[in-house]
Amino acid sequence: RRHTTINGRANGTGPPSGKRLFQGQESFEQAPMYVAVMTYLGFGLVTLFGYFRDFLRAVGLEKCHIAKERDEQKDFVPLYQDFENFYTRNLYMRVRDNWNRPICSLPGPVFDVMERVSPDYNWTFRLTGKTIPNVINMGSYNYLGFAENNVDFLKTVAERVQQYGLGVCSTRQEMGNLGIHQELEELVAEFLGVESAMVLGMGFATNSTNIPALVGKGCLILSDELNHTSLILGARLSGATIRVFKHNNMQSLERVLRDAVCSGQPHTHRPWKKIMIMVEGIYSMEGSVVCLPDIVALKKKYKAYLYLDEAHSIGAVGPTGRGVTELFGLDPSDVDVLMGTFTKSFGAAGGYIAGKKELVDYLRSHSHSAVYASAMSPPVTEQILRAMRCIMGLDGTTIGQTRVHRLAENTRYFRSRLQEMGFIIYGNDDSPVIPLLLYMPGKVVAFSRAMLRRKVGVVVVGFPATPITEARARFCLSAAHTKEMLDKVLFDLNEVGDELCLKFSQRKYTSRPKEQHHNNNDLNKDFKQDSL
Amino acid sequence: MDFKNVKEYLGWLYYQYLLITSIYVLEPWEQSIFNSVLFSILAMVVYTSYMVVPVHVHLALEVFSGICGEQPESTMALMN
Repeated sequence: RRHTTINGRANGTGPPSGKRLFQGQESFEQAPMYVAVMTYLGFGLVTLFGYFRDFLRAVGLEKCHIAKERDEQKDFVPLYQDFENFYTRNLYMRVRDNWNRPICSLPGPVFDVMERVSPDYNWTFRLTGKTIPNVINMGSYNYLGFAENNVDFLKTVAERVQQYGLGVCSTRQEMGNLGIHQELEELVAEFLGVESAMVLGMGFATNSTNIPALVGKGCLILSDELNHTSLILGARLSGATIRVFKHNNMQSLERVLRDAVCSGQPHTHRPWKKIMIMVEGIYSMEGSVVCLPDIVALKKKYKAYLYLDEAHSIGAVGPTGRGVTELFGLDPSDVDVLMGTFTKSFGAAGGYIAGKKELVDYLRSHSHSAVYASAMSPPVTEQILRAMRCIMGLDGTTIGQTRVHRLAENTRYFRSRLQEMGFIIYGNDDSPVIPLLLYMPGKVVAFSRAMLRRKVGVVVVGFPATPITEARARFCLSAAHTKEMLDKVLFDLNEVGDELCLKFSQRKYTSRPKEQHHNNNDLNKDFKQDSL
Repeated sequence: MDFKNVKEYLGWLYYQYLLITSIYVLEPWEQSIFNSVLFSILAMVVYTSYMVVPVHVHLALEVFSGICGEQPESTMALMN
């Protein structure tokens, strides 16, 4: 069982203010041995049946639904690499009714799912025309509830559409630099507490096109084991050397840093031009939070640069929603490059890069997406502006701060109840992303279907996005979820957990510890709730 | 979870077996193939153990009692 406590412990230096605002407990409990054995057995059996079905298709006893070469081209080099798609063809296709479900409403706290049936075991789907209304949404990245269609809140957005239209029809460098783009960049810089910021139209592209502008050949990238695909893609595109350190493990990072500084570049042993450490604020598959004070201390000691991807943590953690730098009480100027996206907490689309003015000015002319990509659409920009002003309190209301607090409350409540029930949950106690481990492929599929029957929409993830034995369901909490919705979801989870035998945890929880440093009256109400 | 009768409980146990072995994701005819293969293997194991185990246990007991039986007799013979 891995159980780590986050504190500033390495190397004697802590956050500059000296005040520890955050002491998170992270746990990654391991399931009993029989679970891993049965998971491998299950995959083995389905693989055997996969070979059997492939044989039937090759012989011709069964119709082949997938792409294959034309008869005239059978002697050519094969176009469809059959074995690479083995997993897709023989496992994913059987159960793919649990993914890509079409929805037909706003992805708020509740949404409508379109009903579909499959006559041939998920090779083709047919929409029946009916919808499943008011399904509770536990999968959308809607941390602060800004995915809303309230006409009053969206008044300014509608005005922008009338003023600017929808498309910008140019890049920022040519004719697409609108006044609201500059307004947004100044607001983002003020929000984060840095000198300057740059916004881009797409979050994934922010990582994959800006990292090549920052590092190149002769530089070293130290990237966490579980980094997101966009970071990995950007690192590979840059041409720099990439070394991986164990997830959130400061000893591993220090060892890799020392080796790199001592031995230099691979064959010539010249010193590295730049060493950049790439980490994320919250890792969305694990729910873990980065040990930022330790990393900042290491970076100062070994004179490396830090690139922090706050896609899931901006707006969602921290007492006022400013992200992991605020959570740990650190100065944002300690982090060299702050990156984040507007997709998750702001209900819009796009990403930003922030830091010192020289850095952002350099990136404006050297980054691929800043130079070539189309500028951000005006209503999307206005949505981010209104959401950010709401969180900062600049619009005169306290709605933003209420939402940040409600998200923190929902997170604590949901996590503690799930642990009490006996499920294995990964991640930090304060992260709104909650992976619930399911392990076996049969249970993963049955779980998703059972929850949809009870009108709760969940996202389940399996191999290859997770390790093969650790398939999970990932819950993303929202400030828009009310207590009644969470209670209903917990009730259903309890019943489905008993029905499918998902309660693998071997810890004993007698009662929830009272938390002194968060004073919320609602917490007292929780204790009076009857346990379900 | 409360089961109204034994049939429902057995149905739930079968469901657990489908989930744990991941046979749940297969089509019904594939499940039938797997169930019949597994059942025939188990039947063969039960039959073999029924035929073989009592005979071997009996033989083993004979061998051990033979060893224990012979020892005191040989030492007595030596002393005499």
